[in-house]
Amino acid sequence: MHVEVRGLNKHFGDFHAVKDVHFGIEKGHLIGLLGPSGGGKTSILRMLAGLETPDSGEIRFHGELVNALPPQERGIGFVFQNYALFKHMTVFDNIAFGLKVKKTPKSQIKDRVMELVELTGLAGFEKRYPQQLSGGQRQRVAFARALAPEPQLLLLDEPFAAIDAKIRQELRSWLRELIERVGITSIFVTHDQDEAIEVADEIMIINQGRLEQKGTPWDIYKEPKTPFVATFIGESTVVENARELKGFEEAAGGSGTRALIRPEYIEVGGPDEFRVLSATEEGIVRHLHFRGSEWMVEVEVGSHKLMTYRSLEKDTLQPGQPVRVLVHRAYLFNDERSWIEENRLKVDPMPVII
Amino acid sequence: MKKLWITLTYLVFFLLLIAPLGKMVMGAFEGGLGGLGDALARPEALHALMMTGLIVVTVTVLNTLLGMMMAIYLVRGSWMSGGLRRFLNSIVDLPYAVSPVIGGLMIVLLLGPGSAVGAFFEDIGFKIVYAFPGMVIATLFVTFPLMVREVMPVLQEIGAQQEEAASTLGAYGWTTFWKVTWPSIRWAVIYGIVLTVARSLGEFGAVLVVSGNIINRTQTATTLVYQDVENFNVISANSVALVLAAFSVSLLLLMEWAKKRREVR
Repeated sequence: MHVEVRGLNKHFGDFHAVKDVHFGIEKGHLIGLLGPSGGGKTSILRMLAGLETPDSGEIRFHGELVNALPPQERGIGFVFQNYALFKHMTVFDNIAFGLKVKKTPKSQIKDRVMELVELTGLAGFEKRYPQQLSGGQRQRVAFARALAPEPQLLLLDEPFAAIDAKIRQELRSWLRELIERVGITSIFVTHDQDEAIEVADEIMIINQGRLEQKGTPWDIYKEPKTPFVATFIGESTVVENARELKGFEEAAGGSGTRALIRPEYIEVGGPDEFRVLSATEEGIVRHLHFRGSEWMVEVEVGSHKLMTYRSLEKDTLQPGQPVRVLVHRAYLFNDERSWIEENRLKVDPMPVII
Repeated sequence: MKKLWITLTYLVFFLLLIAPLGKMVMGAFEGGLGGLGDALARPEALHALMMTGLIVVTVTVLNTLLGMMMAIYLVRGSWMSGGLRRFLNSIVDLPYAVSPVIGGLMIVLLLGPGSAVGAFFEDIGFKIVYAFPGMVIATLFVTFPLMVREVMPVLQEIGAQQEEAASTLGAYGWTTFWKVTWPSIRWAVIYGIVLTVARSLGEFGAVLVVSGNIINRTQTATTLVYQDVENFNVISANSVALVLAAFSVSLLLLMEWAKKRREVR
């Protein structure tokens, strides 16, 4: 279903939880609402579901205003953080609930429930009660229950928060596949960026009630629109005065411009490892951490501590060893604006022109 | 030292519970089974027991419904401001703090023939105080917190999410209540009913003030026991008390059974 939100606001007492949020979601997309805890993500989701009333703003499904519709009439499925399964009902009755309420004929209910049980890999568990299931299984029951009445929009509130790391990984890809197969527009809330990047078609970054940026995970990573998004997605180190970085002196302009540098923007190594040595500056390796598939290197350049990764295939560095450091690009920002800047010295200063 | 404490505990237990109960049973059978039968067969005794029975049934039904509603509003009523909810929440406990006699007195002052409301109802031929309605109100006042305080913590514990889930699945208020909320609070309500029955069975102070204790009209079992004792009619007093005690003990057993059932689930 096509979802359109305009100027959404919500206060809880004095607390302004959601501030003037606008967005549109295309049919069939899987959207991740990502942001720190208490940022207003869940409030947005609950307003879409009709469980919370917005103070102002419009919510449209298929172009029709649904602000006044109760949750019962919105045609949505909602998966709660703690699943909220009906604990006195069996798995079968939980999944069948939405269909029974709609007075679907018995035989049809049975077919639909068995279909979902099959789809969610819960076959053989229909007679069990929620207490007799593992966390991952409960999660699946919650999905199946939400999908049973064939909603047009699936809303998921921190769907993986209560599941341990290993199973979470499995469930993520399972959910992705399931949603693709069912073809339902879905929005899920998460505070885990890996989860959002891995699962979502598009991410909306929510911070302090504001929508900071909306885009594909790649766009958001590549071109963060605000400093918050830049720091929130991926790892990074912030350099207070960007002019002190080699290759960014001009770009940084006056003082007060700060640079945010991701580990993958930086290269370290011996002098022979660089094509344009003049673009690099000297640094000293301070710490080395083994990260399973690569080294994490903390390197000191002037007064700055930068962080980067180095392949295990290359020569192993030693703490205290002098190295050359190349900063490929940086995300620069000051009070007025923020932009991505490439290292200007990286371009060969004396190109051979034929 | 430990032995001394154990002995002391048993002694207190005996003095406070067993001895009075034993004395009562013996007193009831002082005139043999016939004496007990005669005492209970008196018209005023039968009427008093019937009165008590009627009050218990009426109050239990009303208190169950009102108490459940109150508990649900206090826990889930987001339409009430937080302050109002906190205020109502503390008011619920008032009957615990106020002596039943004073509670009864308040009802007499508010609804008695001397008050505007009381006079109005008297004019249209509906007596509240010194009649059945007043006694029901007095007993309701005394038993009100019992149901609310049993149901509220359970509602808080289960949280609103299951109900919200039901609403997103298309279920409206009543369906949600019967299919989702009720199965969770069922045992708490049964508990509350047992407590309400026990309390209204034994209520004395509030009812004494409100009823006026008129023989064959507004006399209940407890006030009859009081009158029999006043009249040195010890066998009769003990006999009626024995009937009340038998009810209470069976209620306690019922409650134990309910507790076990709840644990099993």
